[in-house]
Amino acid sequence: MEQQHLYNYILGIADNNLILGQRLGELCGHGPNLETDIALTNIALDLFGQVRSYYQYAAQILGEGATEDDVAFLRKEREYRNVLLVEQPNTHFGYVIGRQFLFDVFHYLFIEQLQHSNDETLSAIAKKAIKEVSYHKRFSGDWIKRLGDGTKESQAKMQEAIDALWPYTQELFEMNAFEKEALENQVGVNLPELKEAYDEQVGQVLQEATLKIPENPYFHKGGKEGIHTEHMGYLLSDLQYMQRTYPNMNW
Amino acid sequence: MRKEWPLWEVFVRSKNGLEHRHFGSLHAADAEMALENARDVYTRRNEGVSIWVVESKHITASNPADNGEMFEPAQSKVYRHPTFYNLPDEVKHM
Repeated sequence: MEQQHLYNYILGIADNNLILGQRLGELCGHGPNLETDIALTNIALDLFGQVRSYYQYAAQILGEGATEDDVAFLRKEREYRNVLLVEQPNTHFGYVIGRQFLFDVFHYLFIEQLQHSNDETLSAIAKKAIKEVSYHKRFSGDWIKRLGDGTKESQAKMQEAIDALWPYTQELFEMNAFEKEALENQVGVNLPELKEAYDEQVGQVLQEATLKIPENPYFHKGGKEGIHTEHMGYLLSDLQYMQRTYPNMNW
Repeated sequence: MRKEWPLWEVFVRSKNGLEHRHFGSLHAADAEMALENARDVYTRRNEGVSIWVVESKHITASNPADNGEMFEPAQSKVYRHPTFYNLPDEVKHM
């Protein structure tokens, strides 16, 4: 597989981690209570740990002294390849949990397959990440059930979040050119093949949570091609502030 | 938080073969959440292999005001300790 294309394939995986981790990091000190605050920032740290491995690999492909920080912090909005789902804001706790759950189920199925990648580095990252991602899925799934099958108010808020976020899930299973090439070279994962298991697992938890998947929504996409929602620019200005203000700063 | 979740006590076994020890407490709505919270609050730096949680209200504690009658009578009974035996030097960890 051509190196530049592999680089883009890696970003398509890694940027999801970075942007979702950044969203969770925004909650640090603002969680609904101490325990949940720590749990969510733990998940953010897991995602950042994984993303460092991906970006180190990406920087190595770039060569010319590029570092993981360059890859993480110094790209323009259109160069980020994360799906739209993960950049959606922390509107309320239902959205935080909904976004996490809809991503975690996908992330687990994806990582499970990435373990079998021909690319040894990607396979090794996936093998290391699988237990973390498995716990994320358990955590967010439990909260979906708790809120959905909770009080009238929590049920309504959780359903509102699912209605708002479900239209961003289709994009997870649509393959761009790099993903197709990676699949042909047995480096990448067959995304459409994950959809059946995804629908089944999400459906099962939502049913237990007395929640419904919205019918016939309009599905949004574009993140994988760098076309993001209006939230992304604000997120990046927070994320990149330090590196832009103090170039090459590290600690 | 408007309505407080109940308090739980957390016991962690740090290695197989050792006993569970009290690590601290946390708030959670039920036992399952208490386990997950304990995992996140107390074992994220590789501290444990097993967790017990018990709702704090189920623990019955002795009253400090009763310490006199509870514990002092034991102080004058040195013969209850096996300290009158001469141990050979080879015996360790007694």
